[in-house]
Amino acid sequence: MPEGYGGEGFFATSLSQAVGLARANSIWPLPFATSCCGIEFMATMGTNYDLARFGMERLSFSPRQADLLMVMGTIAKKMGPVLKQVYIQMAEPKWVIAVGACASSGGIFDTYSVLQGIDKVIPVDVYVPGCPPRPEQIIDGIMKIQELVKNEPLRRRYSPEYQFLMEKYQID
Amino acid sequence: MKLDNDTLQAHIEQKAPQFVKNIELALDGTLTLETDRAQILDCLQFLRDDEGLQFHFLTSLCCVHYPDHAGREFGIVYLLHNWRSQTRLRVKIFFPADDPHVPSATALWPTANWMERQEYDFFGIIFTGHPDLKRILNVDDLDVFPMRKEYRLEDGTRTDKDDRFFGRTGNFDRRFD
Amino acid sequence: MVQSYFSQIDSLEGELATLNLGPTHPATHGIFQNVLKMDGERIVSAEPTIGYIHRAFEKLAEHRPYNQVTPITDRLNYCSSPINNIGWHLTVEKLAKIEVPKRAQYMRVIMMELARIADHLICNSVIGVDTGALTGFTYMFQERERIYELYEEVCGARLTTNIGRIGGMERDFSTVFHEKLRDFMKTFPARFEEFNNLLARNRIFMDRTIGVGPISAERAMAYGFTGPNLRAAGVDYDVRVMEPYSSYEDFDFLIPVGKDGDTYDRFVVRQEEIRQSLRIIEQAYSKLPEGPYYTDVPDYFLPPKDEVYTKMEALIYHFKIVMGEIPIPEGEVYQAVEGGNGELGFYLISDGGRQPYRLHFRRPCFIYYQAYPEMIKGSLLSDAILTMSSMNVIAGELDA
Repeated sequence: MPEGYGGEGFFATSLSQAVGLARANSIWPLPFATSCCGIEFMATMGTNYDLARFGMERLSFSPRQADLLMVMGTIAKKMGPVLKQVYIQMAEPKWVIAVGACASSGGIFDTYSVLQGIDKVIPVDVYVPGCPPRPEQIIDGIMKIQELVKNEPLRRRYSPEYQFLMEKYQID
Repeated sequence: MKLDNDTLQAHIEQKAPQFVKNIELALDGTLTLETDRAQILDCLQFLRDDEGLQFHFLTSLCCVHYPDHAGREFGIVYLLHNWRSQTRLRVKIFFPADDPHVPSATALWPTANWMERQEYDFFGIIFTGHPDLKRILNVDDLDVFPMRKEYRLEDGTRTDKDDRFFGRTGNFDRRFD
Repeated sequence: MVQSYFSQIDSLEGELATLNLGPTHPATHGIFQNVLKMDGERIVSAEPTIGYIHRAFEKLAEHRPYNQVTPITDRLNYCSSPINNIGWHLTVEKLAKIEVPKRAQYMRVIMMELARIADHLICNSVIGVDTGALTGFTYMFQERERIYELYEEVCGARLTTNIGRIGGMERDFSTVFHEKLRDFMKTFPARFEEFNNLLARNRIFMDRTIGVGPISAERAMAYGFTGPNLRAAGVDYDVRVMEPYSSYEDFDFLIPVGKDGDTYDRFVVRQEEIRQSLRIIEQAYSKLPEGPYYTDVPDYFLPPKDEVYTKMEALIYHFKIVMGEIPIPEGEVYQAVEGGNGELGFYLISDGGRQPYRLHFRRPCFIYYQAYPEMIKGSLLSDAILTMSSMNVIAGELDA
């Protein structure tokens, strides 16, 4: 099949660019704030490092209405199933950003009770290191998410790579 | 009315010598009273209700594990405080590891409820008479008591961190040498 | 038809609804779960479940040398980390019998009171948010940014500060810090009064919070309450006055005390404590003595970097401190500081090794959260949410 005729096709490329632009500038985040990084997120939402100018004015605490799952803070092993359940409840398309060292890899808490990174239970798109990361770093992570959202093709969610990823995490 | 350590010690030794197994002064100037496990509730009630003592506030209670002391492996320390005379007191009991039962202090202070649950969760001490003794901080189906000295800090099954790079070469003794 | 319908309704009486105020909830500021049994709108009983952010601090502290335990204490009550850090340093100084110079003590007092202001600002703005008043939150977070700038001048970090050293502070106050602190002390009171005027005598706020979640003084003391929650119930217990540490006896401040122990009293007590903290900062800053900002204890205090690169003894001590080869005295100490939520205690048992043998944190949030089911018995669901946010439950301190 020649280039551009299969899959999405060239008819849909401009449409997917327009949709990507719309999605990227109006992400509704779900702040899954657990610990100290949550306070830095509250500072990022504040007036000094305004997150509302990226279109994230409306925080949604209900997974069904959210696009971006922002996991901020340590996730203990007791919390892992809850996090997975919240991720499953989110509707497609959804992205995950792991804010902070604890969410990315367990951070300074290399202990028996802390999950060593949330990518053990859910697929993650962007990792923001720091303990806690400065608001500028969190905004940098959000801008990378916006890049991902802008360039995501419309049919990506049905691709075999994505299906493989969901199977790897046992999410159906 | 300042109840200093000498008066306190004299008062306890005079009024209730049956509770006193050992009294000594700790490094920070707090009197530490060691007593028997069987008498601990009577001792705490005496310390709380006696006119001259009035240690009405249970600041905290914590458990210590000494795996090398045979017959006295576990110890529980009650931190008491008297606000009127600004005096602190520590009460300790020791008991062997094969019989980790201690009478619960929840009848005297409702605040001991969660404190004892935490020590059960960490060390496996069974507080008899506790209204609801179950795990509080760890996952409910954990089958070990992780704060005991024989368990290591890290989760041994994790695959993303290589112990060699952290200097943990398999000798999990506490001391560096 | 209507008769049978009514008989169906009668048979529904006596059943309680179960509501799960789950670990993830927009209004629970922190991760803890409450399973509520409700009779219509009224709560009959509650069963809290905590431990969703258990990070095993006490076990972690047994595997780290003394100066590396400070970052762990940061994460206890992360809204006011300098208080936790300085409390830990005071504990080790009590164990090793180190005397800290006056200037360092006054500097520590300034940082601790700034942390207390930051903690109370979060708590009070969040009580406002839970009643629907979002503006106060936005205003006060701007003020918290100014406090973060002050922290950055002293230690470099915004939230989890790791401030100070065992034996003093790590560096003296810079000229920028002096300017920023003077500016803060000049402009903060007016902005704080603006926030106060939004809520303190607001008819709606008072109706929402008066009589909500009360606790009597006797029950509070039996449950181990300390801090603003106890002072709202009427008992004036403050560790800064009972057992003064770090020169608190030199300062003149009041302890605000409430009457009923309900949410409104907790709010007003915290507001007043912010004003008293400002008073302490002014006194400490105006009377800041000259002198060294650290004690000369080379065993505990890291030497300055230029000496490390040029002098042999400094290099050796730097190596020993960082690798944890310092002999620590044996013994037990208990040090209490007045945290944002009450008496934060560190019970340290040392056996002479490079790590603590046993470190027990007396965390005020963990201890007073036990009383929550009793406080919300018989109240409405929205009142239960307000009670929880007025108790200032920080999940890091609850689970540790």
